[in-house]
Amino acid sequence: MAQSTFLDANELVLNMGPQHPSTHGVLRVILKLDGETVTGTECVIGYLHRGVEKIAENRTYIQFAPYVDRMDYVAAVSNGLGYCLAIEKLLNIEAPPRAQAVRVILTELNRITSHLLWLGTHALDIGAITPVFYCFRDREEALKIFENYCGARLTTHAFRIGGLQYEVYDGFEQEVRAFCDMFIPKVDEYEELLTNNRIWVNRLKGVGVLSGEECKEYGVTGPVLRASGVKWDLRKAQPYSGYEQYDFEIPTAQNGDTYDRYTVRMEEMRQSVRIMRQAVDKIPSGPIMAKMSKVVKPPVGEAYVSIEAPKGELGYYVVSDNSTQPYRVRVRPPSFVNLQALDRMVRGGLIADVVAIIGTLDIVLGEVDR
Amino acid sequence: MADEEKPASSPPPAGEPPKAAAPKPAAAAAGAHVPPKPPPAMAATPWESALTESLKQAFGDRISQYSTYLGQNFIVANAEALDSILDFLKLEADFDYLVDITAVDYPKLEKRFELVYILYSFASNERVRVKIHVADGVKAPSVVHVHLGANWLEREVFDMFGVEFEGHPDMRRILLPEEWTGFPLRKEYSILQQDDRWVKENLGIESGH
Repeated sequence: MAQSTFLDANELVLNMGPQHPSTHGVLRVILKLDGETVTGTECVIGYLHRGVEKIAENRTYIQFAPYVDRMDYVAAVSNGLGYCLAIEKLLNIEAPPRAQAVRVILTELNRITSHLLWLGTHALDIGAITPVFYCFRDREEALKIFENYCGARLTTHAFRIGGLQYEVYDGFEQEVRAFCDMFIPKVDEYEELLTNNRIWVNRLKGVGVLSGEECKEYGVTGPVLRASGVKWDLRKAQPYSGYEQYDFEIPTAQNGDTYDRYTVRMEEMRQSVRIMRQAVDKIPSGPIMAKMSKVVKPPVGEAYVSIEAPKGELGYYVVSDNSTQPYRVRVRPPSFVNLQALDRMVRGGLIADVVAIIGTLDIVLGEVDR
Repeated sequence: MADEEKPASSPPPAGEPPKAAAPKPAAAAAGAHVPPKPPPAMAATPWESALTESLKQAFGDRISQYSTYLGQNFIVANAEALDSILDFLKLEADFDYLVDITAVDYPKLEKRFELVYILYSFASNERVRVKIHVADGVKAPSVVHVHLGANWLEREVFDMFGVEFEGHPDMRRILLPEEWTGFPLRKEYSILQQDDRWVKENLGIESGH
């Protein structure tokens, strides 16, 4: 793609990735440089493409459910929730209140683990070694709850179409409460390390600025959109799984730079704890599965259902032809769409900031490539 | 509970080989009736609102269907009118966020690809889907000049279905390697199929089925 002419003979094309520690997976970015300034980029993706949407057409609705965990593998619970909600929409059923409350708790817990992984690796990219150890230490406590609940830590397959497979274990509420109590001081601890750290602030402030209008133009969602001043969160805008019962704020910031995205995500973790505390205090009793036939066979039709995943709007567009297998499953991945804005964010900036901007987008390549 | 759930998922695998062919007869049934374009008998009901009125006024018979199913609204339009419809929705009705572009393949239909554009309005907190149908080998209009975010989404549709977009700035594959042959999400593309030549040349392995 690089065509050095006589006039821009100084242009340098640099290949970054796919094997590069700060691309968080197998992302390859071809950078066009003028000195240290980035003049253009091209993303090469697809290294992790497994044909998830094709697999869906060849599996039953129930068989496909575990596959969705392998897309955004650091937020598997959110993927599962979105898929289950989409199929439930097609079947026109709703999970019982008890299942919904447990879903909310686990999904918020998963948002925290996803944000912790982002914070640790993002800080590591920038040169702060310590936070990654703190984050993984505390993430472990959350993963233990997943493990106790369903036996798996990452690709949990925690939910079933129509509700939950497992009743919560004895001591679940206490463990969630203990996590909440433990976690808030830890967020303060991370902030103490970073928020006013001069190196951290200098590396992030004013870097990779994206305005709210640009976000909408590119379809960027999630914390990135909120850091650009757009107060929009699907949990509030189109509540699902009973989110309307919980009291929480949507953190926003105004500058749309890398530092603002950091503060937004930090505050989101606190809000997640707030939601979990409310949910765990009033888990309703009752069944954990909706009344439905054992064979999932939705009527002919289609539905688009989306949720607020840790990275943004995660949507499933499912077409049914009244067989046990979906006719088409389309996943609208937040990472894929957000990554598209990378070019806009790094153009004109310094090459050293590219690493910071990839980190701040919080992409997971499993979800980009599917 | 775990044991109870297992039987639910185990009958389908047993019946899997015949099921693999199941979607086709359903699509064939739609082809037999020729005119109805959407999949066989989705129980959609007509959709009427202030928005549909203004769309009817602006586009007349270039939009052939206003429907709603499970509370989700969609319209079916002529392919040529697509970019002006999206432009109208963006500027006049505040549908300023293009959520997704995707396609569904109905091989028995003359215009086999149904392209689906999912739009959202921050102002009114509403979604609408715009659908168009294109035949194999026919180019669809690109909407990158309306929504910048359409760029990669259209490339993915091209990559997976082979639908090209007229006026797209960079119409290349995005997830698969550029020299790959075939379009995996077409219905005739088997799940076991792959580009053996590419795999052999580039990975140096005999790919086994």
